[in-house]
Amino acid sequence: MVRYTLKRLVSLVISLAVASVVIFLAIEVLPGDPAAYMLGVNAQEDTLAALRDQLGLNGTAWARYSTWIGGMLQGDFGTSYTYRTPVAEMIGDRMQVSLPLALMALTLSTVIAFPAGILAASRRGSFADVLIMGITQLGVAIPNFWFAMLMVLVFAINLRWFGAGGFAGWEAGLLPGLKSLTLPAIALALPQASILARIMRSSLLDTLTEDFIRTARAKGLSRAQALRRHALRNALIPVLTIIGLQFSFLLAGAIIIENVFFLPGLGRLIFQAISSRDLIVVESVVMLLVFAVVMVNFAVEIAYALVDPRLRASR
Amino acid sequence: MSDPRTHINPKGVDLRLWRQVFSSRSLALGLVLTLIFTGAALLSLIWTPYDIETLNIANKIKTPSAAHWLGTDHFGRDILSMIMVGARTSIAVAVVAVGIGMTFGVPLGLFAAARKGSVLDELIMRANDLIFAFPALLIAIMITATFGASAVNAIIAIGVFNIPVFARLTRSGALTLWQREFVLAARVAGKNAARISFEHILPNVTNLLIVQGTIQFSLGILAEAGLSYVGLGAQPPIPSWGRMLADSQTMISFAPHMALFPGLAILLTVLGLNLMGDGLRDLFDPKLRRARS
Amino acid sequence: MKPFTFLTRAGLASAIAVTASLAMAAPRTDLTLGQQLEPPHLDPTSAAAGAIDAVVYSNIFEGLTRFASDGAVIPGLARSWEISSDGLTYTFHLAKGVKFHDGSSMDAEDVKFSLDRARAEDSANAQKALFAGIASVDVVDPMTVKVTLKAPQGNFLFNMAWGDAVIVAPESIENIKTMPVGTGAFKFANWVQGDHIDIVKNPDYWGTPAKLDKVTFKFISDPTAAFAAVMAEDVQAFGAFPAPENLPQFDADPRFKVLVGSTEGETILAINNKMPPFDNVKVREAVAHAINRQEIIDGAQFGYGTPIGTHFAPHNPDYVDLTALSNYDPEKSKALLKEAGVKTPIKVKMTLPPPSYARRGGEIIAAQLRQVGIEPQIENVEWAQWLEGTFRGKDFALTIVSHTEPMDIGIYARPDYYFQYDNPAFQELMTSLDFETDPAKRSALLKTAQDIIAKDYVNAYLFELPYLTVANAKIEGMWVNAPTQAADMTAVYWTE
Repeated sequence: MVRYTLKRLVSLVISLAVASVVIFLAIEVLPGDPAAYMLGVNAQEDTLAALRDQLGLNGTAWARYSTWIGGMLQGDFGTSYTYRTPVAEMIGDRMQVSLPLALMALTLSTVIAFPAGILAASRRGSFADVLIMGITQLGVAIPNFWFAMLMVLVFAINLRWFGAGGFAGWEAGLLPGLKSLTLPAIALALPQASILARIMRSSLLDTLTEDFIRTARAKGLSRAQALRRHALRNALIPVLTIIGLQFSFLLAGAIIIENVFFLPGLGRLIFQAISSRDLIVVESVVMLLVFAVVMVNFAVEIAYALVDPRLRASR
Repeated sequence: MSDPRTHINPKGVDLRLWRQVFSSRSLALGLVLTLIFTGAALLSLIWTPYDIETLNIANKIKTPSAAHWLGTDHFGRDILSMIMVGARTSIAVAVVAVGIGMTFGVPLGLFAAARKGSVLDELIMRANDLIFAFPALLIAIMITATFGASAVNAIIAIGVFNIPVFARLTRSGALTLWQREFVLAARVAGKNAARISFEHILPNVTNLLIVQGTIQFSLGILAEAGLSYVGLGAQPPIPSWGRMLADSQTMISFAPHMALFPGLAILLTVLGLNLMGDGLRDLFDPKLRRARS
Repeated sequence: MKPFTFLTRAGLASAIAVTASLAMAAPRTDLTLGQQLEPPHLDPTSAAAGAIDAVVYSNIFEGLTRFASDGAVIPGLARSWEISSDGLTYTFHLAKGVKFHDGSSMDAEDVKFSLDRARAEDSANAQKALFAGIASVDVVDPMTVKVTLKAPQGNFLFNMAWGDAVIVAPESIENIKTMPVGTGAFKFANWVQGDHIDIVKNPDYWGTPAKLDKVTFKFISDPTAAFAAVMAEDVQAFGAFPAPENLPQFDADPRFKVLVGSTEGETILAINNKMPPFDNVKVREAVAHAINRQEIIDGAQFGYGTPIGTHFAPHNPDYVDLTALSNYDPEKSKALLKEAGVKTPIKVKMTLPPPSYARRGGEIIAAQLRQVGIEPQIENVEWAQWLEGTFRGKDFALTIVSHTEPMDIGIYARPDYYFQYDNPAFQELMTSLDFETDPAKRSALLKTAQDIIAKDYVNAYLFELPYLTVANAKIEGMWVNAPTQAADMTAVYWTE
């Protein structure tokens, strides 16, 4: 097990190193000069040069890469070109929106998906099953930004139950904060919940065909009882994996929804940073997200290996 | 249930197969929806109710009527015609993106499976993990920001993320096949790994690929819509569903029809493809069908 | 920004108190103003972002002179001045008792510091050219400062009214980007990046105090969200409202009023004058006649916008209406193209920056030009790409942009400017304008200048960008026009 973990760890480090190079190179070729963007149409050549110097844009690519990576390793994410504040601080600020949003969406999707998936599996073929599967088909197929637009139309513009967008800020209190995240969380959760419910259902059905369930049924348990007492626990493993992956997706993948609802989250930070060529912000945030995903994958792999020793040998 | 391999044979048209297609409601519905939108896209090549290249500002933002079934947009263009031509854009982008994924992903997956455990296998799989680790939408945004927003770049951005999907699927499918007797027999007969991969493994993972291809196709349509919605897909005057939604966004409060129909078009197309994918999977894999229906 | 959290709390408490007292008909004293763009930082002297001025101009920072809402240049921190007879020396007399928000007093040393900093070698001022004519800045006494010019400059007082020329203090310059300290009627209070900025009333203001206690600038870049925020009354006013299509709905709602004013933004279809076939004036004239301005104003701007026929603001007294020179006449356009020997259809590159006037206007213009055989290939770009590729790299045939700088016809005298118009006669005219101080002669020169560029069909002139504000019906004192990018809140108040 130790050897397996070490092997994974080495490949994790290599992955991250490769990722950092890829990100850096991608940013290098991105057209658009940050200094020109900041100073606008009337800027003079010497002013531009002075600013580029201030921003540290004049070094060689290698020097800039090593400064960036060196800083990252020590927890220094650099200083935003446009905002002139530490990137780490900006990420911290945006996390106050993105993290609760991702958690809300995930909770919502789990709370919906679990009962729906279990119900559908335990009454396979019933009206409830068909209905749930039908709804989840719609949920997977609906473009979530369109769904978000429709929700804004109905709940914000017509009914005025919610604000149409923006973030009240936690300092305004817990409730206003949660309220401004409600519609976005629903928009994000719908497709996730649909996917999760479908996986829940099929993984339950798969377990139901296994021997230990047959034994349990033979002992006189009803289908639903067997499902609840035995199958559920086993079906949880793939479901939890998906939840893990969804979480890291939600952190970065909320970008379009953040745009629709105008939320100051991580996704929008990157989007704005790309359009204003605040390259250091783009680099650092993308790297951080990649790091998060790689770590989640790593944790999942190790957890799997712990549960199922066969995997260690086969991979 | 009959031997599953009868369905794998692509040449023998099996009447039972067609009966199954239509006995499965979801497959039939999926097929119908998909045909409607592909048909609309093809029809738009030769005919649309109105010309969408000429603007008619005086006739802008009209609600649905007998003349314009789905109304007109902010430039006075016929929305039905726009959706028909938009279908072409969506389908073209998604098809090519899936094509890219398969062209690169399948050989990589076959190769990795044939050389399982080797450094190359490890390399391919780790590279795949790496692509997975990147937030897809952000990379798509960076690609289009770098090389300019266009349908071609949208295709590349979506296609790149299809590669690992197909590589993984092919590898895992191929790995189980390598244990099978007919492959062992071929090895004993002296065929090399490349030949086995293409002659014996590939034909037997085709079903998997078709099912996954359908799913990726629908995901591609969603992705194209998302990219166009943020302005990074096909450029005007080429219509695209995502951009129609983006254009309609500020007018949704007084012209909801402009947002409703393109959104429905995306929803129904994706729904159709997903239903078709599920149906095909059940069809190809009777064990699953028994377990699920 | 941590130390300021308590201010937010205090502000919140007062907001609640205000809401509670509404029943007693005391007018509100707080206001949330929506704006589309969030400033990158708050130093108006080191960035071109108009969004900075839209928060700080006149509210937080003040200059020697300033713009009034009608565009006139009026005294700011300099209450009066004398100009020497040769036009080279300006002696400014500063207002008395002016204090920066940190309590230090504003005097001639601060003026010298600010102007010298702006024109220094390593200055990062985006409008450095405004200060290029200054030879020296001398402190006469704490209340008097003397500026000597290298040559007479007809528009020096105008230049000093720009947001880039505000007076800052050496004591607080280091953190100006996140913690601006000025002399204005409002003080900076708090900034939640990505969402809003709060400013509060400056109780020690030297002039007429502000009527509001607190103003929150809320940044909503998405036009749909902006519409919804106004409708839901999350914001009580929105300056430079980005979606003209929504204005009729606000107009019809008694809760709101819509103010339609003017900006300095000449919206043009810029033509690359060096790129064949557009180096031929006949081809440029053909473009001009192929364009139907009214259709663009109706389609892209939903009717808001004044047609222009040259690069000059229609509300300016010196404006000449030259739209007839480029009337919509596609047949004439086709004939001109034929005369110029252009083989149609011809494909040309058209880059479009993000604002909706450009994106929508571009689609309409592309469709109009296709009718005469010019096929623009649309490329939607972000501002950063536009600046590098189109503006600096000059890699474009056509582009749409609104030139929002006030009185900027002088750009046509710069042959290296992105549309690359090179006419020595025009350049000479501009030089003589620089030295001309007689108002009547200046006016005549400006009129001639407008005529020259219109007849050379340098660019296709579309419309003057309107300044659209939506506000609660009970709010008074908002700027209707935008002579510069500013949201001057110092005179704004609630009627009930």
